[in-house]
Amino acid sequence: MLTFILKRLGLALLVAFTVSFISFSLLFLSGDPAAALAGETASGEDVEALRRLYGFDRPMLVQYGEWLFSALRGDFGESYYFKLPVASLIADRLQITMTLGVCGIVFALVTAVPLGVVAAIRPNSLIDRVALFLSVAGQAMPSFWFGLILIVVFAIQLGWLPPSGAASWKHFIMPTIVLGYYAMPAIMRLTRAGMLDVLNSDFIRTARAKGAGETRVLFKHALRNAIIPVVSLAAVQMGFMLGGSIVVESVFALHGAGYLAWESIARNDLPTVQALILVFSMFYIVFTFIADVLNAWLDPRMRSA
Amino acid sequence: MSETLLSVKNLTLDIPTGSGTLHAVRGIDFDVRRGETLSIVGESGSGKSLTSLAVMGLLGKTIKRSADEIRFADIDLLKARKRVMRDLRGNRIAMIFQEPMTSLNPAYTIGDQLTEALLLHRKVSRAAALARAVELLEKVGITAAASRLSQYPHQLSGGLRQRVMIAMALMCEPDLLIADEPTTALDVTIQAQILRLLVDLTTEMNMAMILITHDLGVVARVADKVAVMYAGELVETGPATEVFAAPSHPYTRGLLRCIPQPGKTARGAALGTIAGIVPSLVGEVTGCAFRTRCAHAIPACRDPIPQRGDASHAFRCVFADGALSEEGKVA
Amino acid sequence: MTDAADPLAREIRGPSPQQMLKSRALSHKGLIFGMSVVVLLVLVALLAPVLAPHDPYEQSLMTRMVPPVFMGGTWEHPLGTDHLGRDYLSRLIYGARVSLMIGAIAALISGVIGTAMGVAAGYFGGKVDAFVMFLINVRLAMPVVLVALAVVAILGGSLTVVICVLGLLLWDRFAVVMRASTLQISRRDYIAAAQVIGASTPRILLTEIMPNVVNNLIVIVTLEMAHAILLEAALSFLGLGVQPPTPSWGLMVSEGKNMMLFEPWLVLIPGVVLFVLVLAINLMGDGLRDVTAPEGRS
Repeated sequence: MLTFILKRLGLALLVAFTVSFISFSLLFLSGDPAAALAGETASGEDVEALRRLYGFDRPMLVQYGEWLFSALRGDFGESYYFKLPVASLIADRLQITMTLGVCGIVFALVTAVPLGVVAAIRPNSLIDRVALFLSVAGQAMPSFWFGLILIVVFAIQLGWLPPSGAASWKHFIMPTIVLGYYAMPAIMRLTRAGMLDVLNSDFIRTARAKGAGETRVLFKHALRNAIIPVVSLAAVQMGFMLGGSIVVESVFALHGAGYLAWESIARNDLPTVQALILVFSMFYIVFTFIADVLNAWLDPRMRSA
Repeated sequence: MSETLLSVKNLTLDIPTGSGTLHAVRGIDFDVRRGETLSIVGESGSGKSLTSLAVMGLLGKTIKRSADEIRFADIDLLKARKRVMRDLRGNRIAMIFQEPMTSLNPAYTIGDQLTEALLLHRKVSRAAALARAVELLEKVGITAAASRLSQYPHQLSGGLRQRVMIAMALMCEPDLLIADEPTTALDVTIQAQILRLLVDLTTEMNMAMILITHDLGVVARVADKVAVMYAGELVETGPATEVFAAPSHPYTRGLLRCIPQPGKTARGAALGTIAGIVPSLVGEVTGCAFRTRCAHAIPACRDPIPQRGDASHAFRCVFADGALSEEGKVA
Repeated sequence: MTDAADPLAREIRGPSPQQMLKSRALSHKGLIFGMSVVVLLVLVALLAPVLAPHDPYEQSLMTRMVPPVFMGGTWEHPLGTDHLGRDYLSRLIYGARVSLMIGAIAALISGVIGTAMGVAAGYFGGKVDAFVMFLINVRLAMPVVLVALAVVAILGGSLTVVICVLGLLLWDRFAVVMRASTLQISRRDYIAAAQVIGASTPRILLTEIMPNVVNNLIVIVTLEMAHAILLEAALSFLGLGVQPPTPSWGLMVSEGKNMMLFEPWLVLIPGVVLFVLVLAINLMGDGLRDVTAPEGRS
């Protein structure tokens, strides 16, 4: 188990390092970040001045090295647009995004797991069909559009919920549903498939042969085994969801990290964009690492390995 | 003679499939007395395992079960409610399955799984249940029994797991033990040990056992009674010694020719085979199912087949002597 | 032996694999529905100049935000007009071209990249496999929407850029699935047999491996095509994808958003069409998987 964790940690660090390099170099794609920053109307001298100010005239690898070292100390430079340290800018905005992410994954789990279980117990029943429909529809639903429809119905027509902002818990209901709905289909399908698989296994028959009741068979014997991959999927989905928060936050004007990303991209605020790509990647890397460790811990076969 | 523990009369199992009803088991009768070992022998797919699951009430939802009688002690299992069946299972009727590798839950320790049945059916403390588990693990020949309780199934070998399965089945001292191919998945050396163990335990605990197997060698060593099953029918039933000494049904004789017998099979002689394949049981099945592979089949084999022999040693064949005299001519 | 007419002696023979495939496909409602919708929309996209009642770019300040027929409009503009007076139906029809083209080409690019990586990893194993797995991990760690937005913003939002960015980002599922299927296939005895008789590696990959993984590949192509279409719509919705005045469904939702309070149909119509297309492609993909790999179904 310890060897596994160490190996996995090594991989995570290597991935993190590579991602940091990619997110840094992405912004050199335009060829000349100074020109991009200065805008189309700037004169040659302006561009030159900017180039020297931000050190774009030095070799890229040197710039990367400096950036990485500062980043490791929590210093991502200063935002071109907000004229504030990027790190504190992101830290301020992360709270909303994390709240949204946690609410979203909890919503997805509490709806998808029971649906998946019931669908597996009664294959081809009405509930199974409804669950299948929800998951197929969920995968096809553009989340920005789903958000807008919710706003039209619940905020504008019915007036039950505020359409945008983050002032109260009510503001988080619709964004949570939209974000959670994104993770639901995968979780539901995996729960259903896992339960079906486990329910057909020999040890379930053994449990029944012992005289265990249906509830006990389902929850103690079957779900305990079927839930293992779901836990790790949920952690991975959580990582994806934080990355996907950019769409949801812009629809509901929630000023979180995703919204910040959108603003900075639209304003060519390179240091902020670089830092955000790195931060979101780190979340994914950390979540998948936790997922794998959790998976290994939940599965006795891997725990003792 | 002791009382009849389990009595099954005219058991029929139908499985609906896409292309019609599969008549998996058709009108079979058998009974087991206390302290007795009945062996049901047959090829894969002959309906042996389904029969045992039908007794346990563990058939899949799609399989239709009907019978004139399935009686365990004084309980009518045909009319028993779910609750009653659950109280019987793992308590008075226990079962051992074929696949020790997959029949244990990978997520729980051996101790948890061993004690589960006892804690479900008896009012005992967890400590007492664990003590009983250790006692039984020792009885089935597992060394360092106490330390096994905290191990997980994947940490044990196949032979050990099957011993755990046996111990698990014995936790509540059942009256009837159903063992479905308990040694098939194991190494040959382990097979003999496990079999010996089962026989000793049945004697010691005065249990009845239904041993399901395709291995005639196993039957010869342990069974009191044999029921030979072919394509969903019992073609011959009787005391083991009689059936082996004087097999009456052509199928039984065919089976016995397939295994070498010390002293009987001549050195260098080819072992017998039964030509042909098992028939499809989808759609209406009448007459003798073995007729498509039987060397002595006549048109009358397609009509209802009379029961021959006496109550203790019975067989079904159109020929009064099970075509024994015909066999001489062919050979 | 009994005569041949004995019902018990009949041969147990089912329909041929091709027949079974055909009958499974024809009885799979999702597949039939998905495929019909996709074929229909592809035809609409191809015949856009013939089908569209108006020029999708023609603005008319006199007829702005005319409601669709079912909301009191006229047949002159069956689905109404947008805030610049452009015919909504015509823009939808031309928008199908954008969505389908982006989806198809992006899926093709990522399919080539991902399949090459996955097959190499699965077949060669060892270091190649470790390296590919590492690349997949890196790719998965990058937030797709964010990276795509940033790159499109830097390079400028043209159709080509959007297609290339999506194509270069969406290869992960191809690599994962192709790796798994290749791994499974290359353990089979007939691969060993081919190696033993001295078949070259390219030959084995092409004639022994590819035919056996192509079913899975087709399924992933459809699912990733749907994924690319959704992402393009999201990018365009955020204003950093396909740029106006190109008719893109995501962009139409974005443009309609400001008038959503008074004219919700401006948002509703392109969203529904987008949903139906993605749903149809997904149903087709799921259906193909069910039909070609029936044992994988519950």
